[in-house]
Amino acid sequence: MIIYILCFLLFLVGLYGVISKRNLIKIIIGIAIMEYSINLFFIMIGYIEGSSAPIISKGFEHVNFVDPLPQALILTSIVIGLATTALLLAVAIRLYQKYGTFDINKIRDLKG
Amino acid sequence: MNSLIPLFVILPLGAAFIMAIMGRFIKNINKYISSVIMILLFCLSLHFIFRTEGSFVYKVGGYEAVNGIPIAIYMVLDGLSKLILLIISLVGLLAIFYSISYTKQYTAERKFYVLFSLMIAGMNGVVISGDIFNIFVFLEIAAMSSYALVAFGVEKHQLEASFKYQVLGGVASLLILLTIGLIYWNTGTLNIADISRQLTVNCSSPEGISVFMKFISILLISGFGLKAAIFPFHTWLPDAHSSAPSPISAMLSGVLIKAIGIYVILRLFFNMFPLSYEISLTITILGTISMIIGGLLALGQWDIKRMLAYSSISQVGYIVLGVGIGMMLLASGGSKTIAALSITGGLFHLVNHSVFKGLLFLNAGAVEYRTGTRNMKKLGGLSQVLPITSNTSLIGSLAISGIPPFNGFFSKLIIIIAAIQARYYALAFLAVLVSVITIAYFMKLQKYTFFNTDGSKWVKKKISEVPFSMATSMIIMAMLCFALSLLIVPDVRAVILKPAVDVLVNYADYSTKILGM
Repeated sequence: MIIYILCFLLFLVGLYGVISKRNLIKIIIGIAIMEYSINLFFIMIGYIEGSSAPIISKGFEHVNFVDPLPQALILTSIVIGLATTALLLAVAIRLYQKYGTFDINKIRDLKG
Repeated sequence: MNSLIPLFVILPLGAAFIMAIMGRFIKNINKYISSVIMILLFCLSLHFIFRTEGSFVYKVGGYEAVNGIPIAIYMVLDGLSKLILLIISLVGLLAIFYSISYTKQYTAERKFYVLFSLMIAGMNGVVISGDIFNIFVFLEIAAMSSYALVAFGVEKHQLEASFKYQVLGGVASLLILLTIGLIYWNTGTLNIADISRQLTVNCSSPEGISVFMKFISILLISGFGLKAAIFPFHTWLPDAHSSAPSPISAMLSGVLIKAIGIYVILRLFFNMFPLSYEISLTITILGTISMIIGGLLALGQWDIKRMLAYSSISQVGYIVLGVGIGMMLLASGGSKTIAALSITGGLFHLVNHSVFKGLLFLNAGAVEYRTGTRNMKKLGGLSQVLPITSNTSLIGSLAISGIPPFNGFFSKLIIIIAAIQARYYALAFLAVLVSVITIAYFMKLQKYTFFNTDGSKWVKKKISEVPFSMATSMIIMAMLCFALSLLIVPDVRAVILKPAVDVLVNYADYSTKILGM
C-alpha cells in the first residue's frame, strides 16, 4: 500500500510545481512529473509479485503472468505525453522570443 | 451498416495525413480536401440520424466477446452519439467554408486545415468510442490540435492563451488518466458497458455509492469539468476562445467543449456509474454557478470575442442545469416524464448553442476581418457598412437571449418549465434571471458594434461586405437559428432529440444492450 501512497505523493509534487512555480519551464517539468507518476501507477496496477512476462512458450504455460494491458496503455500514454511536452516547450520558446522572459508574472497581458 | 462507423474517424484522420504531405506540392488542395471530407461526414451523420434506428457496435479487429466479456475495442453509435456527431459535422462544415476566405491572412494556411481535420477526428473519436481509454486518446488528439490552433497566429496573446490552455488542459488530461487507472484497478476492464455492469454488481449498497466511487466521480468531474469549462474550472476559456482564429473559436465554443466535456460527462455519469443523488446535485450546482458567473462576467467585457467566450460559460451552465435536474430526478426516483423533459431541454439547448454561438463568433471574425479590431469602444455604426454581418449577428443575439421566434427561446423555456415542474423554483428563477442578463450584454454588443453611429469613423470609410464564403456561412447559420425552432414540434423532436434523450433516461439499459451485441 505504501508504494501507492508514494506514487500519489509524486503526483502531488508535480501538481504543486504546476500551481506554485512562476517559471514556464518549471511548470512544464511539473506536468512531466505528474505524467510519470501516473505512468508508474499504471505499471504497478498490472504487476503481480513473482510472476513472469506474459509470453506463452514451452514450459511457461501454467505460471502467473503480469497484466500486459496497463503496459500497452502506458506505451500509448508515453507517446501522447511526448507530444504534449513538445508542444508546451515549443510555445514556451516562442513566448520567450516575444517577451524575453520565462517569468509568468511578466507574461500577463490577458486578464479579466 | 456497422462497418460505416469507423469512417467517422478514418476520413478526417486520413485526410489530415494526406493534406500534410500533398499540401506542400499542390496549392489550395487542402481547402478542397477538407471541405469534401466535412461534406461526407455531414452526409454520413444525416444518414445515421434519419435512416437508422437504435444503436450500433463496431468491434475493432472483429474479436467477439468471450464468455460475455468484451475483448475488442468497441465503437458505439447510439442516439446521443448521433446527435453530437451531427452538430460536429454541421458546425465544422460551415466553419471550414468560412475559413476558405478567412485564412488568407495567415502565412501557414495549409497547416490550418491539417489541424482542423485532426481536431474533427479527435472529437468524432471521443463521441463514438465505447471504452474509456480510447476516449482519453481521442480527447488528447482533439485537445492537442486545438492547443496548436489557439496559438495559430503566433502573436503574444495567442501564445499566452495557448500556454494557459495547455497547462490546464494537461492537468485535466492527467486527472482523467489517473481516474482511468483507478477504474481499471477496481473493475479490471476498460469497456464502458462492462464497467457499468461490474459497478452495479459490486458497488450497489443500500446507502448509495462507496467513498472510493465518490473519489473517482469527483476526479472525473474535475477532469472533464476543466475540458468543458464549468465553474470553477472556467478560467482558461475566455483567453483561449478569444485568441483563436474566429472559425476555430466557433468550433471550440460551439462544439469542442460539448463533445469532449459535456458529452463525456453525460455518457459516464448516466451510462457508466450508478446514478447517485450527491453527484448529480454537485453537477447541477456547478452548472448553476457557472451560468450566473459567466453571465455576470460577460457584462463587463469590451472585447467582442471575450464577451462571447464568457457567454459560452453561461450557456454551458444552462445545458448542465437542464441535464442535472433530470439526473437528480432520476437518482432520487422522481417522475421520469419530467426528467425526460428536462434532459430534452438541456440537449436542445446544446444543439442551439452550437449554432448561435458559432454564428456569433463568425460575426466577430467578420468584424475583425474588415476593421482589424475587436474592441467595442472603437467600433460603431457597422450596420450601415456590413449589412449581412450586422443582420445575422442581430439574429444570433436574439436567439441566444431567448426572444420567441428563435430556437434559444424554446430550449430555455423547456428547461425552465421542467425546473418548475420538478419543484426547483429557485433554479427556475435563476435561469430566468440569467436570461435577462444575457439580453443585457447582447444589447450592449449590438449597440456599440453595429448601431451606435455617433462619432463613428467606420461609416465614412469605404469598407465592403465580407467575401462570399464568409457571408454564406453566416447566412446559413442564421437560417438554422430559425429552422431549429422546429425541434419543438413533437414529430421532428421524435427523430432528432428523442433517441438521445432515451439513451440518458433509460440509463441502465446501455450496458446490457451494448454487451448483448
